[in-house]
Amino acid sequence: MTRIKNLAAAPTFYAALAGMILFFSSWYFLTETLTLPRFKNIPDPLSVVTEWSAIHPKYGVSLFTKPYYVDILYSIIRTYAAFAGAVVFGVSLGIVMGWSRILHNYTFPLVEIFRPMPPLSWIPLAVLVLPGIELPVVFVTFIAAFFATVLNTLLGVQSINRDYFLAAKCLGAKPRDILFHVVIPGSLPFIFTGLQIAMGIAWMSIVAGEIIAGQRGLGYYIYEAAALFQYEQVIMYMFTLGFLGYVSSVAIRYVGNLLMAWEEAKRKAR
Amino acid sequence: MNKAANGKIEIVNAGKIYDPAGIHVVAVENCSFNLEAGQFVSVVGPSGCGKSTLLNTIAGFDTITSGEILMDGELLASPEIQTPPGPDRVVVFQGGALFPWKTVSENIIYGPVIQKNMERPEAEKMAISLLNRVGLTKVETKYPSELSSGVQRRVEILRALINQPKIMMLDEPFRALDAVAKSVMHNFLLELFDENPRTMFFITHDLDEAIYLSDLVVVMTTRPAKVKKIIKIDLPRPRRLDVIKTEIYRNIKADLLSIVHEEALKAFKAGEREMA
Repeated sequence: MTRIKNLAAAPTFYAALAGMILFFSSWYFLTETLTLPRFKNIPDPLSVVTEWSAIHPKYGVSLFTKPYYVDILYSIIRTYAAFAGAVVFGVSLGIVMGWSRILHNYTFPLVEIFRPMPPLSWIPLAVLVLPGIELPVVFVTFIAAFFATVLNTLLGVQSINRDYFLAAKCLGAKPRDILFHVVIPGSLPFIFTGLQIAMGIAWMSIVAGEIIAGQRGLGYYIYEAAALFQYEQVIMYMFTLGFLGYVSSVAIRYVGNLLMAWEEAKRKAR
Repeated sequence: MNKAANGKIEIVNAGKIYDPAGIHVVAVENCSFNLEAGQFVSVVGPSGCGKSTLLNTIAGFDTITSGEILMDGELLASPEIQTPPGPDRVVVFQGGALFPWKTVSENIIYGPVIQKNMERPEAEKMAISLLNRVGLTKVETKYPSELSSGVQRRVEILRALINQPKIMMLDEPFRALDAVAKSVMHNFLLELFDENPRTMFFITHDLDEAIYLSDLVVVMTTRPAKVKKIIKIDLPRPRRLDVIKTEIYRNIKADLLSIVHEEALKAFKAGEREMA
């Protein structure tokens, strides 16, 4: 109970609450009271919440129906699979690029050309090459997250003070030791910044991938609900995506803090 | 820590030219002096002269382009040979190079553990006893960022010493410290040195520091760095702070000051010429 009180007493809590109230009341005002011409078909927040929490929803999907969770599960599995791929391949490539001058020179221009390509532009090739439906969707999600991870990991390795490498060598470290005891821990803060960005990009791309090539999943149903003029569902799924992205971000920060106790100590020491 | 190490270093006609084909900067020229085993040698000279080049070459980070450097009679560095860095020649860096992601104890035991000279629990015990011996308690589980820069320095020196290096090289290690912390560091270093003398290569700008700590002070010239003068510091050990009040100390200081002043003036004029 005291914890809840403490939370409520925090000024950030009030600010967040005020922001929310302001946002939702403006939304309500624009769609219900003012009813601007272009806003006519947009459902007001109350009807979204009603539909979302209905035991017998109008359009068949709510917090109390199974399909809602099936769609969430599909999107989560696809996004996390793509994200896992981005972590494994992106971090590896970034470290290798940061460590080997030669490899950096070979790959950096290519990475810089491929990185700005919008994930959506990969869809035709992904569908052409990869079998089935799941793989192209995951690939399109993977590709953008991958480049964000590569770039941040590379920056992370480059950010490491050169003296740490020399000190490790003085103390008898072999290249393998330097990789695990200097390069990886030294670049972790940048890697985790990159992973948060990558996770955000993955959630953005999954929707596009699901709309165009997918079956099931939140993105696909946003598209389908829109085609059927079920805008309550569209908004409901949008917020669901927002929550999932937010939770993912918090999870990455949590893991990062577990792995980087020294960063926490540094913040406290300041 | 009590193993008697050798660590005689002979620098013979060492020279270093950066970018010989291009702008051709002669950093070090015909530089010769010895560091006897167990001797504390300070090298002073204008900024940007080749002091660090010599240190880096002994450490194995850099090469020389002429002459040779020997350790205990064996060739360590020549234009053809570069001995890779290793725990027999440990450097303490100017900016501090404790791994921020390792705790104090993990930093200290890093050398012996990765060289597989010690099991981790044994090394940890040793780290704690080393820390306690120099008056640092309850810091072993802290991260470097939680310590003052003076304590960080002491930990870094212990991290070097636990490897029982033949030679320890310190590149202006106390530059960033305030006067009080600096004087604590001097006595800390002297105590460790008196307990177990090993060859020390100490780069500094601070003449008092050089005299107070060293057996030998090598004054280098402006670039290209040559040996201008080698001054033997005949002050008895163990040294206490009141040694600076003695006449010998004052004479050495005056002597050193005039030599360094002459070089600084030259460096200043050379700088003016470059600017013009």
